[in-house]
Amino acid sequence: MLNKTSVAKRIAQEIKNGFYVNLGIGIPTLVANYIREDIEVEFQSENGVLGMGPFPFEGEEDADIINAGKQTITAMPGASFFDSALSFSMIRGKHVDLTILGAMEVAENGDIANWKIPGKMVKGMGGAMDLVASAENIIVAMMHTNKAGESKLLKKCSLPLTGVGCVKKIVTNLAFLEIVEGGFKLVERAPGVSVETIRKATEGNLIITGEVPEMKI
Amino acid sequence: MNKKVKNASVALEGVTHKMTLMLGGFGLCGIPENAISELVNKEIGGLTCISNNAGVDDFGLGLLLKKHQIKKMIASYVGENNEFERQMLSGELEVDLIPQGTLAELCRAAQSGFPAIFTPAGYGTEIAEGKEVREFDGKMYVLEHAFKADFSFVKAWKGDSAGNLIFKGTAKNFNFNMCGAANITVAEVEELVPLGELHPNEIHVPGIFVQRIFQGTDYEKRIEQRMTRKKE
Repeated sequence: MLNKTSVAKRIAQEIKNGFYVNLGIGIPTLVANYIREDIEVEFQSENGVLGMGPFPFEGEEDADIINAGKQTITAMPGASFFDSALSFSMIRGKHVDLTILGAMEVAENGDIANWKIPGKMVKGMGGAMDLVASAENIIVAMMHTNKAGESKLLKKCSLPLTGVGCVKKIVTNLAFLEIVEGGFKLVERAPGVSVETIRKATEGNLIITGEVPEMKI
Repeated sequence: MNKKVKNASVALEGVTHKMTLMLGGFGLCGIPENAISELVNKEIGGLTCISNNAGVDDFGLGLLLKKHQIKKMIASYVGENNEFERQMLSGELEVDLIPQGTLAELCRAAQSGFPAIFTPAGYGTEIAEGKEVREFDGKMYVLEHAFKADFSFVKAWKGDSAGNLIFKGTAKNFNFNMCGAANITVAEVEELVPLGELHPNEIHVPGIFVQRIFQGTDYEKRIEQRMTRKKE
C-alpha cells in the first residue's frame, strides 16, 4: 500500500518533458518534489503565476507572491505573473498540459465530485470546476477508500459533481487506474497489494485484463 | 486627467446601502484594505459583494461580515472564514458560489462590453441548473451573464494621478479584471507616483479604466499561510 508521498511519486512519473502542470492542494502539491531532474516542467498556480518555485527562505516571504493555497512561494527564473482571467485562459484554452487534483469521489464514467458535502462542507469550488471542465489530461490523486472504509471509486457519484466525464487517470494508495469505456481499468497494483484487495475496495466496475503488474516507485 | 482624490473617505463618496461592489484580491493577497476599512467606518450595509474570497474572521471582507454589512456574497471559495460559514448556514447571508475562472471572466466581460459568455465550467453540475446550455464543436457550455456592479475597489502597487496602475506579483489577480468592470472604479495604491514616472511600457491597467485613485495608508498585507524553507 502506498502512503501519500508514494502516490505523489507515482504521479510524478506521468509528467513529461516540456509540460505545464497545475497542481491542486494536498497530495498533488507534493508531486512537485519528485519530478525527474533531467526534464523541464513549469508549474502554474491559478491565482496568477507560471513558473512557481519552492517556498521562500525564512525572512524572504512576500505577501504579494503566493500560490492558490494562499501559501508564500517563490518564482523561478523565467516565471511570470498575470491576472485571473488570463490564468483561466491558460486552463480553459488547453495551454496547461496536465491537471493533478484530489477528489472525494470518482465515477466509472469519469465524473468527479470534490467540492461540496451538502449541509456539512460548503467552502466553494475555487478553480476546480474550470480545471476539470477544460483540461485534456486530468490525474486524480486520492485514497482508494474514505475514512469509513467506503470506496471512493463508484458506479455513480453521490456528492454534488464538480465535472462530468473528465477524469482520465487515478492514482490511489492501492492502484493506478485509467477510466476507459465501461469502467476503471486496473493498470498497476501498489507494491504488495493484491488484485482481490483492489476489487473489494472498488465499488465501480473494475476492468482487469491479464496480469496486472506491480507499480515501480 | 486628474483622478486623484485625497483619501479613502473621499474615494468612497456615493457608495450607499444595498449597492453591488466588486473587491479585488485573492485570499488576502492584493485586497483593497483601505476601502474595506472605510466601508466599515461608514457603516454601509445591505451590500452585495463580488470577490473571489470572503477574507478571514478578523481581516479583509471578514470585517464587513462581522458587522453584518454584507447581504449577499458572490465568490468562488470561502473556506477560511468561520463567521461566513455560520451566517451562511443560518441563512443570514445569501451566497452565490461560482467557478473561479467564470468569476474572472464575468468581470472581464463587464469590463469589455460583453453581456454574457459561454463557459464549459460547471456543465452537468448544480451550478448550471436553470441556465442556458449550448453545444459548440461537440462540447457543452453554460451561458453566464456579465456582472453589473456599482463600484469596483481594487488595490495596486503603484499608480499615478491619471489612474494608470502597476501590480506586484500575484496581487494582480482579480484587481486587474475588476478595473472598469463597475460604474465607478476606485483604485488604492501603495505608492502614488508623479505623472510621467510610470513608463508606458510598464503600465498594466491604463487609466481610462479607473475613475478615482488615492494613496493608501497603513497596509498590513497579512500572510494567510506563511511557508518557508531553511537555508542549507
